[in-house]
Amino acid sequence: MTIISVGLLRKRRRERLRNLAFLSPWLIGVSVFFLYPLLSTVYFSFMKYDGFTPPTWVGLKNWTYVFSDYPFFWPALRNTLWLVIVMVSLRVLFGLGIGLLITKVKTGAGFFRTAFYLPYLAPPVAATMAFAFLLNPGTGPVNNILGSLGLPQPGWFNDPHWSKPALTLLALWGIGDLMVIFMASLLDVPMDQYEAASLDGAGWWQRFRFVTMPNIQPIVLFAVITGVIQTMQYYTQPLVAGKVASGVIGGSGQQFEPGYPEKSTLTLPQLVYHLGFQRFDTGGACVIALVLFALAMVFTAFLMRRGSGFLATDD
Amino acid sequence: MSNLLIDREPEVPVAPAPGLTAAGRAARRTRFLNWVAVHSLALAAALFFVLPFVFVFLTALMSDQQALTRDLWPDTWHWENLRTVWDTPGFLTWWKNTILYAGLGTVLTLVSSIPVAYALARFKFRGRNFAMLLVISTMMLPPQVVIVPMYLFWAKQLHLSGTLWPLIIPMAFTDAFSIFLLRQFLLTIPKEYVDAAKVDGCGDLKALLRIVLPMAKPAVAAVALFQFFSCWNDYFGPQIYASENPAAWTLSYGLESFKGAHHTNWNLTMAATLLVMAPVIILFFFAQKAFIEGVTLTGVKG
Repeated sequence: MTIISVGLLRKRRRERLRNLAFLSPWLIGVSVFFLYPLLSTVYFSFMKYDGFTPPTWVGLKNWTYVFSDYPFFWPALRNTLWLVIVMVSLRVLFGLGIGLLITKVKTGAGFFRTAFYLPYLAPPVAATMAFAFLLNPGTGPVNNILGSLGLPQPGWFNDPHWSKPALTLLALWGIGDLMVIFMASLLDVPMDQYEAASLDGAGWWQRFRFVTMPNIQPIVLFAVITGVIQTMQYYTQPLVAGKVASGVIGGSGQQFEPGYPEKSTLTLPQLVYHLGFQRFDTGGACVIALVLFALAMVFTAFLMRRGSGFLATDD
Repeated sequence: MSNLLIDREPEVPVAPAPGLTAAGRAARRTRFLNWVAVHSLALAAALFFVLPFVFVFLTALMSDQQALTRDLWPDTWHWENLRTVWDTPGFLTWWKNTILYAGLGTVLTLVSSIPVAYALARFKFRGRNFAMLLVISTMMLPPQVVIVPMYLFWAKQLHLSGTLWPLIIPMAFTDAFSIFLLRQFLLTIPKEYVDAAKVDGCGDLKALLRIVLPMAKPAVAAVALFQFFSCWNDYFGPQIYASENPAAWTLSYGLESFKGAHHTNWNLTMAATLLVMAPVIILFFFAQKAFIEGVTLTGVKG
């Protein structure tokens, strides 16, 4: 062996140690707080375990229970589908609209941008409490105004037909992140493409359709997929809205049947909490967790196939 | 990207003026009408975004009785409502807990995530793309997926339920979203800087701390803010680990139970809501740039 290759070997070993050192916090974190609990979730999904007596093997019993006998599962899945279709698409459309609008505003742009952005920062619990008050059917300001305009006054969070639209309204209020992303990508569209289109006699819609859309399409897709993934995790808002509207007193030890009114605000993450931490059915909670995992993985895989830029490196 | 929220050069609207050619007048009129249309639309949208804050604020300052009526404007301004909420037993504890959770959590996240993000952006090693895939997957996962075994781990093995430590300690072992955000930014820093430092005899750690980190300040600030607010806003975590012990509640978790304690008092509930929202909004006015950079970093550079 020549001296040079020994040096090279030593350098390689040093590099490997360096890589390990830099990555160690994450390696520990991902094993202890992700891989290990994920495997345990799979394990517990085949066990009967109430958290006190030792777990016993029950095979697929938890799975059949969740899919055929647990009355909350299918409504929760249906609600998620509703939220994905209606809430996500409205959020993307509205965010794009607000993004377009803000790029056209000439006077007071700073004020408008701040006004559109701020609600996004409101803590979800506070925002939900605020909306539960604003939309409360009896004395809330919104129905108050609707009434004085002679318009119908919905029951919002107290009416199973209106609770999801009320949640959607809350989600549209917090559109600030999407507005910023769309605004930044709209400002990046090359001006000369618009000029060329105008010279060719393209009207407003044609310019939007053939210049703007192709340029911002990746961002729209990004917004849709991240919106879907966020909807998979939708927890705090429907839970707090249901609790406040039903008048259930929050806090420790309080049992709350989720989904008020009439299971209309159930989402899958709520079921994990309800089964695992209120009914002490660890196995059932783990089944729901795995369903959630599968759904999130499908959309994440889709996001990564379409947005391969995530993995791009510059070497 | 830096001044997205700051006013651009204002363009003064020009009303159609006499003494122009017919075509010129028509063009001016269209421009003027356009300006009016855009700004009325923006005003209408602004009402939708601002009015909820206004109504919360106005109700927070009403009397108990008036808050139950359909009135929108307070008869007399009850500023003492804010005081009452502040003095409610527990409220101050929730503040302290929230600041501990968010502050310590943010510091730990930064310290642990920066070297990892740097390694994923710069070092070449086998399995780097797979590691990045894993980071993105964990970032996208609902926290509920692994919560059951995690709770059993903290509660049954380490006996730490009823405290915020099960939420804080994991942050000493990185946060996927922060790694992702930092890495996206670090990729944009030309590696020639690091190479030059290495020629001068700098080690990797020294190059990261002395050369790269000062250049990455905006990204670090954005990550810090996002992490701070995700702890500040966290409801699920405290509900799982701290719910049994009111002395460990945070603002987000306590706020909801506050509505329970003050069942009919919408004025006090809204005053509490206002007090929970206020720090976020105040911080935003000091750190607009970092917020906007963080949001755009996730989407546009993706």
